[in-house]
Amino acid sequence: MAKARTLFDKIWDAHLVDVQEDGTCLLYIDRHLIHEVTSPQAFEGLRTTGRPVRHPGSTLLVADHNVPTTDRSKGIENEESRIQVQALEDNARHFGLEYLAMDDIRQGIVHIVGPEQGFTLPGTTIVCGDSHTSTHGAFGALAFGIGTSEVEHVLATQTLVQRPAKNMLVRVDGALPEGVTAKDLVLAIIGRLGTAGGTGYVIEYAGEAIRKLSVEGRMTVCNMTIEAGARAGLIAPDEATFDYVRGRPKAPKGAAWEAALAYWRTLKTDDGAHFDAEVVIDAAGLVPMVTWGTSPEDVLPITAVVPDPAAIQDPAKRAAVERSLAYMGLVPGTPLEQVKVDTVFIGSCTNGRIEDLRAAAKVLEGRKVVADVRVLVVPGSGLVKEQAEQEGLDKIFLAAGAEWREPGCSMCLAMNADKLAEGERSASTSNRNFEGRQGRGGRTHLVSPTMAAAAAVTGHLTDVRKLV
Amino acid sequence: MEKFTKLTGVAAPLPILNIDTDMIIPKQFLKTIKRTGLGKNLFEEMRYTGDGKENPDFVLNRPAYRKASILVTGANFGCGSSREHAPWALADFGIRCVIAASFADIFYSNCFKNGILPIRLDQADVDKLMDDAQRGANAVVSIDLDKQEITGPDGGCIRFDIDPFRKHCLLNGLDDIGLTLQKQPKIEDFESRRKLEQPWL
Ligand code: SF4
Repeated sequence: MAKARTLFDKIWDAHLVDVQEDGTCLLYIDRHLIHEVTSPQAFEGLRTTGRPVRHPGSTLLVADHNVPTTDRSKGIENEESRIQVQALEDNARHFGLEYLAMDDIRQGIVHIVGPEQGFTLPGTTIVCGDSHTSTHGAFGALAFGIGTSEVEHVLATQTLVQRPAKNMLVRVDGALPEGVTAKDLVLAIIGRLGTAGGTGYVIEYAGEAIRKLSVEGRMTVCNMTIEAGARAGLIAPDEATFDYVRGRPKAPKGAAWEAALAYWRTLKTDDGAHFDAEVVIDAAGLVPMVTWGTSPEDVLPITAVVPDPAAIQDPAKRAAVERSLAYMGLVPGTPLEQVKVDTVFIGSCTNGRIEDLRAAAKVLEGRKVVADVRVLVVPGSGLVKEQAEQEGLDKIFLAAGAEWREPGCSMCLAMNADKLAEGERSASTSNRNFEGRQGRGGRTHLVSPTMAAAAAVTGHLTDVRKLV
Repeated sequence: MEKFTKLTGVAAPLPILNIDTDMIIPKQFLKTIKRTGLGKNLFEEMRYTGDGKENPDFVLNRPAYRKASILVTGANFGCGSSREHAPWALADFGIRCVIAASFADIFYSNCFKNGILPIRLDQADVDKLMDDAQRGANAVVSIDLDKQEITGPDGGCIRFDIDPFRKHCLLNGLDDIGLTLQKQPKIEDFESRRKLEQPWL
């Protein structure tokens, strides 16, 4: 009998072009997503060496990091941003690649666009010069972020030089309690593993709570896998996945769909397959989570208080916590619910999809944003925006006193005009609370969309369960 | 790519855990369409105050470390964003080797594409080198990639491990793409197989 294999093993084996004697593998790449920030130097490399793009049809380009989220009719004001987006467009034309322009309704954050267009398919290998490429693992695709040299390598050869990762299983048993979302779950997982706990691994998520998540919720979980150090997260595709993919513009149709489906149904970890590490989490014990520090692992239940570094034995860890608290302007022992916020950001590739906007709107409906709190709602793509407007969500946001913006990365990394001022504090549905991430000196608390909405109407971090 | 064989230089201590790529090079510098020129903004937010003046306490601003070519630092260095601007900024500043107990995967692999040697050591060895690195201009450390050895200022020697293929590429300054293109027939085989087995792709 064939050896029992994990889902990762199966996808890996199916993409091996070559294995060297020393174990270095050449892996075939089915899908390549490209955005404006990490690609110009790769295209420049191709031009200098005169190499063509090996498989133009496997490549999709979209600008997201630099695009303004306000009126776009006048183009991009910031010169460097404009040049970078222009370079992407020029490269698309020069190399004959598909590019979704800023005024195309399909434009959006690359990790939202891929699944939306059916470019992301189960069983494929997907890369992008962006660490949150892990998002696409929600479809049972092996998807991971790469550097710019590797972007060039994929463009030129449609392959990557890789070594196999180790397998980790994160099994989430039971059901998530009312008011606890996919975001809270993944924050709890990161808290448990630590920001380097997944280094060297691909994490497969399984268990009842994962199966019960919508495909969008699964994307939220896989998206933040990189925050635990693992380059890729994986969830075996099931009927929910197939329903999501069916009928998307780039998804297979007719007989090809049936053939694909038959293959996709084989994509699961065999009974008895070996994992190098296993973690079990009880969903029933989870509550809404919030970060207090400057690393996503600095996370606690909203019911907790700001930790006290004095209680930490390890001197390096203690110093790290002291540094975080000083940066965040927090006093040990303060209940997290008393921490006041200035800005609320709802969006990003973690939580910028339609279900996220619906969830936030549900909390905001009939309520008002506290005076002096700025609330930005940034849909993840033009199609998400359109859908939200059809459902009247934009009206709810505007009536509550929030701003309704054009799609893009926005304040997730503040490369465009949307940023925090020095010392400003945000409740944000994005994925990184690093120092300076949302603007120099800005202080970020990562939360779910409903928790972000709750903070908007109370003016401080709030247990959303009290509002529903 | 620039070869890496031996390196002797000043080692700068940066004992902070989880230094992410946003700290190495913040996003406002990602708007460039070039690989060069990022060195002056390496560690921007620690290195300069809000008004653009040098922070005299930051290690790379201290006279002894202004020309450091080795960085000894905390575990999980390079976590966060995949930006290759991080190794570009390090290389542009003149850092050719980073020593830590662990690195984030994407950053680790990006280093090798840019002639930077990331060395993983046990925490005890890192701690020792961290002490050595505190000696300012006397913190001279030598690295021999071929022998996989680090020699500290007192002559003490530490062995390190490295993947043989990556070592080979670094020692010879080999371009990955060129090497892979030699395997073109295998790529073509794979593609014809894929066309039959997964025609929907
Ligand atoms: S939304 Fe944020 S994390 Fe996602 S791709 Fe954009 S910048 Fe990166």
